[in-house]
Amino acid sequence: MIDLADAATASPAKRIAPHRSRISRPLEVLIRSVGPVLLALIAGGILLLALGRNPISFYGDIYSGGILQSAWQDSVMRTAPLLLIASGLILIFRANIWNLGYDGQFLLAATVIAGIGPGLDLRLPTWLTLIVLFVVAAVVGGLWTLIPALLKARYGVNEIITTLMMSFIGISLANVLIKGPFQDFSRNTPQTPTLPLNAMLPSIPGTGTPNVPGTGVHIGILIALAVTLAVHYVLTRTSFGLKLQVLGANQRTAAHVGLNVPRLIITAFLLSGALVGLAAAVEILGIWGYVRADWNPAFGDAVIPFVFLARLNALAVIPFVAFYAVLSIGGDYATQNAGLPVDFLLVLVGLILLFMTITEYVGRRRDLGASYLTDGLREAVGRKQDV
Amino acid sequence: MNELLQSAVLTALLSGGLAAAIPLMFVGLGEQIAERAGVLNIGIEGMMLFGAYWGFVAAYYGNSIWLGFLAGMAGGAALSLIMVLLCIRLGLDQIVVGIAITVASEGVTSVLYYAQLGSTRPRLGAAPTIAIPLLSSIPILGSSVFTQPLAVYLGIVLVMVLGWVFRSTNIGLNIHAAGEKPAALDAAGVSVVATRSWSELAAGALFGLGGAYLSVVTAGVFVRFMTHGEGYIGLVLAMLARGRPVWVLIGAVLFGLSLALQDTLQLARVTIPSDLIFMLPYVVVMLTLVIFARRSYLPPALALPYVRGQR
Repeated sequence: MIDLADAATASPAKRIAPHRSRISRPLEVLIRSVGPVLLALIAGGILLLALGRNPISFYGDIYSGGILQSAWQDSVMRTAPLLLIASGLILIFRANIWNLGYDGQFLLAATVIAGIGPGLDLRLPTWLTLIVLFVVAAVVGGLWTLIPALLKARYGVNEIITTLMMSFIGISLANVLIKGPFQDFSRNTPQTPTLPLNAMLPSIPGTGTPNVPGTGVHIGILIALAVTLAVHYVLTRTSFGLKLQVLGANQRTAAHVGLNVPRLIITAFLLSGALVGLAAAVEILGIWGYVRADWNPAFGDAVIPFVFLARLNALAVIPFVAFYAVLSIGGDYATQNAGLPVDFLLVLVGLILLFMTITEYVGRRRDLGASYLTDGLREAVGRKQDV
Repeated sequence: MNELLQSAVLTALLSGGLAAAIPLMFVGLGEQIAERAGVLNIGIEGMMLFGAYWGFVAAYYGNSIWLGFLAGMAGGAALSLIMVLLCIRLGLDQIVVGIAITVASEGVTSVLYYAQLGSTRPRLGAAPTIAIPLLSSIPILGSSVFTQPLAVYLGIVLVMVLGWVFRSTNIGLNIHAAGEKPAALDAAGVSVVATRSWSELAAGALFGLGGAYLSVVTAGVFVRFMTHGEGYIGLVLAMLARGRPVWVLIGAVLFGLSLALQDTLQLARVTIPSDLIFMLPYVVVMLTLVIFARRSYLPPALALPYVRGQR
């Protein structure tokens, strides 16, 4: 069993600031969380210059393509699935477990609900269909973590590998389903049947054209915000949250204080997968209404840096995710304008992660907060963090 | 199916399987070195892609597969320098940095390919092969197994050399100690950081070589995200092989065969959805992990930075 390293360990909301710190606490938090993003944007700008593009107009395009006119609505809608994935990752990362199989969980859940949705809609009232589909998505997403969870809980098999493998299997299985039982043969490209517009998530009143389904901002963002708040509450105010945190700080300690470690691991996995499944439901029922073969938005990879920048805090992650939503919606437009593949955004995400770890290191050196743990917990786990 | 087709299919399966196995073998060997020294490479996929891109570019413009291999090794090693600097020297989180390397490398290679070769989409010709005398005249095996590019033979030599290094040299012992009990290595007067750094550099070069082999020889073309999880299969190979390079080779061949099954079945006109076959290698990995759950082994100091005097 490997004891995964510090960056993933949890951060309770309340932390006693070290007395030696010479910089005021809010500024410190700002530097350590926004700094890496700025550095990455600057480095990305230099890269753009090297590629012969104008970075200022590129970032300007991101702003105009992600916020101006009605683009902000797309950004808000993009925020919803990202936020749900982020809270799913936060939940399990707090327990120091790595669920890296989000792509498989997301696509399988999306495919299953898109496959059964239209048929279900004929038999049930719309509101009931939506609820059933949300539940199904959560169940599918959760179940897809079961094998890695059991292997980890029983034999301590490294979950990084198993979740990644299950992810690849899930992506292929989704394609098998789309090109097999769920295929809508009236279309030229393989895809699932399409949900009728009036069976999809309704819009928030006041956005879009009144009484025209499919315009405006769907209520997914409200669902996502509510779920995120609930996750934050569970993680910071309930015994389950504390248990996860103890498990994340030190698994042996968790066993010694009498926690049922295998059951905790499995519960954390199932909940994390279920949240990823909900993200798929919001995206499919809110925006697409169908899933096309070989579609993979890879939301999870993009969310990971922000989960860490937010210090595994489900509230703090909201602005980060909103920022990335603008970046990705505007990025589509900006990369197209600059004649670059949209994969350029991956470079930015990777750079943010790298700069984050470096900032972390510098921060640790300057004692801007040596640890994410509370002082009490840090004592309890044997000063492991005091590097 | 008539006999001629049958032997053609078998030949295609074996040669395709080996062609797919060689990149896996290089990557698995690299990760074996790094893992044994206590470094976990989640960025393996990114380093492989980087090697694949630079290897392809060098082989294309330099007109030599050897130049391609060299460039691939340099590319992989260059990316592994990030791991050396951030994770081994500064002790930052290996998993987060690994994810960063993979994601950034996916983006960089895709953008560079698009900018540089996207309009022409060049292909490379088949790599020259060397047939082993006598053995190469065996019916099916001869043309598939015993006629290979020189790099394959060198790779098999590398397996033996690595086995020898691990088993009976001081370097091998140092690497082992760096992953098992770094404090003991430190007490013996050998630098843990240096041991791990050199191991990681060697591993990075091998990841790059694996990627370069994939793009230059196996595929003959660079495609964005072309490694498609093969780096992670290499990770599993190293995990299951427990410090025995021969098992990396055996495992790589097994996974290579399951990767090659896709093209072969198409050749044999067997209609199975290609996605189902695409799943196969990963299912094999999962099955192996489920069956050998207790056998997979990771060094106790894996992914933990070494800090002198820390318990």
